[in-house]
Amino acid sequence: MSIQRNRNENRGIKKGDENIMAIRERLSGNEAVATAMKQINPDTMAAYPITPATEIPQYFANFVANGSVTTEFIPVESEHSAMSACIGASAAGARVMTATSSQGLALMFEMLYIASGLRLPIVLVNVNRALSAPINIHNDHSDSMGARDCGFIQLYCENNQEAYDNTIMAVKIAEKAKLPVMVCYDGFITSHSIENIMLMENDEVRKFVGEYNPTEFLLDDTRNISMGPLSLQGYYFEQRKEVADAMINSKEIIMEVSEEFYKITGRKYELYEKYMLDDAEIAITVLNSTAGIVKDAVDILRSKGIKAGMLKPRCFRPLPYTELSNEFKNLKALAIMDKADSINAYSGPLFSEITSAMYTCNINVPTTNYIYGLGGRDVKMENIFEVFSDLEDISKTGKVTKVTNYLGLRGDQDDI
Amino acid sequence: MSDIGSNILKDGNSLEVKTGDWKNRRPIHLVDKCKHCMMCVPYCPEDCIIQKDNIMLGFDLDYCKGCGVCAKVCPFNAIEMKTEE
Amino acid sequence: MTYSLKDMVNKKSRFVSGHRMCAGCGAPPIVRTVLKTLKEDDNAVITSATGCLEVSSCIYPNTSWKNVSFIHSAFENAGATISGVAEAYKALKRRGKTLKNTKFIAFGGDGGTLDIGFQALSGAMERGHDITYVCYDNGGYMNTGTQRSSSTPHFADTTTTPAGSKIPGKSQMRKDLTEIMVKHNIPYVAQTAAIGNQKDLFDKAEKAIYTEGPTYMSVLSPCPRGWGYPTDDLLPITKLAVDTCFWPLYEVENGIYKVTYKPAKKLPVEEFLKVQKRFKHLFKQENRWMIDQLQAEVDKKWNYLLKQEEFTNSLDK
Repeated sequence: MSIQRNRNENRGIKKGDENIMAIRERLSGNEAVATAMKQINPDTMAAYPITPATEIPQYFANFVANGSVTTEFIPVESEHSAMSACIGASAAGARVMTATSSQGLALMFEMLYIASGLRLPIVLVNVNRALSAPINIHNDHSDSMGARDCGFIQLYCENNQEAYDNTIMAVKIAEKAKLPVMVCYDGFITSHSIENIMLMENDEVRKFVGEYNPTEFLLDDTRNISMGPLSLQGYYFEQRKEVADAMINSKEIIMEVSEEFYKITGRKYELYEKYMLDDAEIAITVLNSTAGIVKDAVDILRSKGIKAGMLKPRCFRPLPYTELSNEFKNLKALAIMDKADSINAYSGPLFSEITSAMYTCNINVPTTNYIYGLGGRDVKMENIFEVFSDLEDISKTGKVTKVTNYLGLRGDQDDI
Repeated sequence: MSDIGSNILKDGNSLEVKTGDWKNRRPIHLVDKCKHCMMCVPYCPEDCIIQKDNIMLGFDLDYCKGCGVCAKVCPFNAIEMKTEE
Repeated sequence: MTYSLKDMVNKKSRFVSGHRMCAGCGAPPIVRTVLKTLKEDDNAVITSATGCLEVSSCIYPNTSWKNVSFIHSAFENAGATISGVAEAYKALKRRGKTLKNTKFIAFGGDGGTLDIGFQALSGAMERGHDITYVCYDNGGYMNTGTQRSSSTPHFADTTTTPAGSKIPGKSQMRKDLTEIMVKHNIPYVAQTAAIGNQKDLFDKAEKAIYTEGPTYMSVLSPCPRGWGYPTDDLLPITKLAVDTCFWPLYEVENGIYKVTYKPAKKLPVEEFLKVQKRFKHLFKQENRWMIDQLQAEVDKKWNYLLKQEEFTNSLDK
């Protein structure tokens, strides 16, 4: 069975682009991201270790100890303090980055809202890991999904290359949008797996991110300001609307920065990635690394003449709801896969957001939800074929018999 | 005012807020008894005791909340609290 | 520089009128004096934990913070927030983005410092940032209406430790954060209050701010509403706290203790208790043992400090 590997059309260096400088390396996701951070050389980093993100502050501490960065590294005593110190540093006028996962992200929950409320361009790398209880250190998306309303821009990455690239772009996006950015990729699957990756040259990165020049910051020698006041009923609402507007405006900025990135590296990033979607009849929407097997499954089905396709969102916050919905309009059936559960007696988060978007845009495609992979439960090809098979049935009847399904439970049991 | 959210770009602008309407007592400066020792000045929670070149001049009633701290601090009983009508 | 009240009152004010603290509140004079120790040309970044000071001093669109920059982020993280600012300063200074000599000061109430803010404070002090943390200690969560904190005195009546018929006030002794800070091995720790011409407070604040490394100060901040005394009595009540040795004034510089105020006449702690409504129930006949117990606790602490002073000064340098 031949698998068509035409998925990397938009990625990587094309032949003849020898003038684009690039370094080829073999790195794990965490190492790639730490390398990006090294090249960016932020002013400050405050971080606390948590599996599977620990390596990032570890690699970074090495860079600091050996003088390969000039970053002031703050080994804080908890994740809440990590985001607090990042907020202090960013408000002071410094470029700030940090990394965490799961419980760490959950612990800094109030501070995430404060970071965006204060319009601070902090870049937070979140290595997706399941939330307790019970405790589980493996991958799912419950952590970043749980923080989807906190005002951070959220970019999701399928593999090491995307994690590296998005981390670099995040700095520029954050500073232009004046909103913090969360770069998400799968714990262990992406963070700890070694893949071939193209790196940018150090000075290329430096030139791309430039210098951080805030307009309102605490260490401004020309004036003294106050940040984070008590805002009563007469003022709070407008100040919050401003954050909402910033999120809306960030979509343009993400596209601009990605376009700029493409011109330098030849790697193209859009709001989402489509794979064989344009003429597809059945399709799966999925985030991060699972997109890899879905693309393989699509290849196999296509070789059998089945018009399968995939959409992988990159930019979840802001939610490009009109663009996304319109991509689905010609489908006969759609499955939205969620590696997180909302415990709302209804569906997972990606499903509820995308179907709501579709409804708003009058896109009426039978859509079903698959909750999968919680706590790092392995996702197999058979599972994906199961989904596509269900979609084939739905495309024939035009009816969804079950809105929310649990994929890959032990003993093949479906949900209650 | 500012182009970013809730930031306040003008430092010390709470001077626009005249808290003086809180008071139901006002301090009276008994100039004859006053030795201009400056003791009252740092104790006033409102920073509204006016002095120039270490001469005590009086009170800025725009901010005075009538707490009476100054009267008790004064070692010379040169401040009296009088109920507002 | 020898302290001069007459000079101090002429320095520029960095905490101005128009704030919404209660009439007679002990905190504003403390904040103002602490900030007056800054050299006129020096800049400062202040953070305050959520609490009386923060919510009353920075209400959009007004701020009482003048000639200093101010940030409030959350309740329990003044220590962490100021750490971030202090480190950013090093980076920005190196890059030439800021040229001013800037100091970093965090304010927190006893709630935001001893309880919810304890972790962040401890972490900040342990990491050795060049910062000063000032706790204005009014012995309770006053902003939310006088609930007990770990700094509330033993037996005090608060809304969460009411003087009831079964349990007469707070059952636990006060947590001594000043001593805990000494054990963080930081270069300077002080306990002070605003009495007399405020020399004790000023000198200690100046030392704290201008000593390199992490420094800490606990300042007694009387609260007329929470303690139950007339607003006028800020100075008299502070004086009683200090003269009864309920609130000893001392400093610890690199582990060496110095008791900076020894009352000519040490008053019985009863003198301090009897002027506050929060201790009214101690004066019932059946509760007099509480006053005796408090006296014993105060005496024990006082003797301990005198002995520490003797002992640490006798150690080989």
